[in-house]
Amino acid sequence: MNSEIRGILAIWYRELKVFQREKSRLVGAIVTPVLWLLIFGGGLGSAISITGLNYQAFIFPGILAQSVLFSSIFFGIYIVWDKKIDFLKEVLVSPVSRTSIFLGKVIGGATDSMIQCAILLVIGWIFGAFNIIPGLHLTIFSFIFSLVAIAFMTTSLVSIGLIIGSQMESFEGFQLVSSFLLFPLFFLSGALFPINRLPAWIAPFTFINPITYGVDALRHIILGVSQYGLLADFSVIIGLAVATIIAGTFAFEKMKL
Amino acid sequence: MPIIEIKNLTKKYRDITAVDQLNLQIEEGEIFGLLGPNGAGKTTTLMMLTTLIKPSSGTAKVNGFDIVKNPDKVRSSIGMVFQDPSSDDTLTGYENLKLHGMLYNIPPVEREKRIKEVLELVELTGRKNELVKNYSGGMRRRLELGRGLMHYPKVLFLDEPTLGLDPQTRDHLWRYIEDLARRMHISVIITTHYMEEADMLCDRVAIIDSGKIVALDAPSKLKEIIGGDVVTIKIKEPKIDLIKQLPYISKVDVKDGIVSLTVANASEHLAEILQTIGQVDSVEVRQPTLSDVFLHYTGREIREDSAEGGWADRVINFRSKH
Ligand SMILES: Nc1ncnc2c1ncn2[C@@H]1O[C@H](COP(=O)(O)OP(=O)(O)OP(=O)(O)O)[C@@H](O)[C@H]1O
Ligand SMILES: [Mg+2]
Repeated sequence: MNSEIRGILAIWYRELKVFQREKSRLVGAIVTPVLWLLIFGGGLGSAISITGLNYQAFIFPGILAQSVLFSSIFFGIYIVWDKKIDFLKEVLVSPVSRTSIFLGKVIGGATDSMIQCAILLVIGWIFGAFNIIPGLHLTIFSFIFSLVAIAFMTTSLVSIGLIIGSQMESFEGFQLVSSFLLFPLFFLSGALFPINRLPAWIAPFTFINPITYGVDALRHIILGVSQYGLLADFSVIIGLAVATIIAGTFAFEKMKL
Repeated sequence: MPIIEIKNLTKKYRDITAVDQLNLQIEEGEIFGLLGPNGAGKTTTLMMLTTLIKPSSGTAKVNGFDIVKNPDKVRSSIGMVFQDPSSDDTLTGYENLKLHGMLYNIPPVEREKRIKEVLELVELTGRKNELVKNYSGGMRRRLELGRGLMHYPKVLFLDEPTLGLDPQTRDHLWRYIEDLARRMHISVIITTHYMEEADMLCDRVAIIDSGKIVALDAPSKLKEIIGGDVVTIKIKEPKIDLIKQLPYISKVDVKDGIVSLTVANASEHLAEILQTIGQVDSVEVRQPTLSDVFLHYTGREIREDSAEGGWADRVINFRSKH
């Protein structure tokens, strides 16, 4: 087998093993969004209404995007961890190129996110089917199509997390930089509110926020409502994935020990 | 053709020069030792040779490939065992080895065979499915050593490989490293604090201090430089002036009531020395060791344990920090 491909598989293998061992990560990644959906969505939903939609159903795609956003970017902290335990040296001294190491990491992080989202989608389906969240009707088609959109989103976001992680030496530094990024990306994405009647000063920020298009795509796929249309949404999330992968290989090439 | 050719290799960190204009050639199949105190620049040298950090100036060729121009080719030719723990402790021993086999593109069937071989060598077969978290410092060290050998590199770099191992395992590994170098014609570059290790294992030793080579030769040749046997005498009131007049004594050191003499052919002259020096409490005669050589060149005793403590201590420190 091609040595670079085996190298990518090696990194992937390791990330999967770690994911499998650290069950608490998965539990947290499932419980938090469900609480958001039930408590935040339930509480606020009783106060506001969105034309034609139950508020909890409305934010379900937004909560999915939130889960992808946070877990993907946070994945970058493991590269800081690898540096600390010197495991990164073992990987970097192998014949595998840094590009492949980066790609292996991206696939690893993306896999984690996809598994979490698949579980959340199943939970969403249950909530819809038992009328816990009225109006949330997930089908096998929306399940698969959502995961496709999520695959592109998580690829970009894991790349961004890894870029940050590759340039950081401490967990604190990583957390500082990533939270500066995470909160605006999340709150300005329309995950929790419709973006068609925003105040004029916020609208440009949501417009340039790529997460907006991920949320919009998921909302289209799951609920059939959309602001920009699938073509625009997918152009943005695919474009971002390509750009961040290129930037990421560059960052790994420049990464110091 | 030498397997490693180092030319003016230099690494500067802001105000310190960790490695200073190093020039060195290492032959194929040789076991070569880098001996030096803490901070001498041993690890930095290995990190440059293994392409993990870039030299500030100068370069080197490893297995014919330039470390600056052709780092990928260099990495395909080498194996490295790091000074600090570098295995993933959320994985088992077996999984760490499997991962290594994948990184080095060893086909699956061959990989399983080598994992088995390596596990037996480092005596971890019975513990292979345990998480590395639960290994002792020494076990983890053994695992990483086995891992470094697994892909049969042309050149093997070992950064203080036996730090923190019990004497039995240490002996075992020395023999294995020696066998490996001879049988498979692998060249081994080893850094160490242990004089005994350098003496027993290495064909040649470079003593390095403040990033510079201060002596380079076979251990036996280096010891000849001392020019005689070492006589250590415990005595309260030594008659140093008289001793210094004896023609066959080349060096006299006095420290804390202990007199160290370098004596050509000590067995012949011992009686006269003891008569001359005064009321002796005890006396010891021995062949010079690399420690004496080290002292001779650097003016310092080498410490057998590194300042930060042994390897195993560092694993433990590391764990308690997290
Ligand atoms: N990343 C770095 N930044 C600044 N200084 C460094 C860095 N790495 C090493 N040094 C310095 O370079 C010098 C050589 O360090 P090196 O680790 O090579 O020594 P060593 O011979 O391996 O010592 P030891 O026996 O303690 O392992 C030291 O003074 C060290 O402080
Ligand atoms: Mg060192």
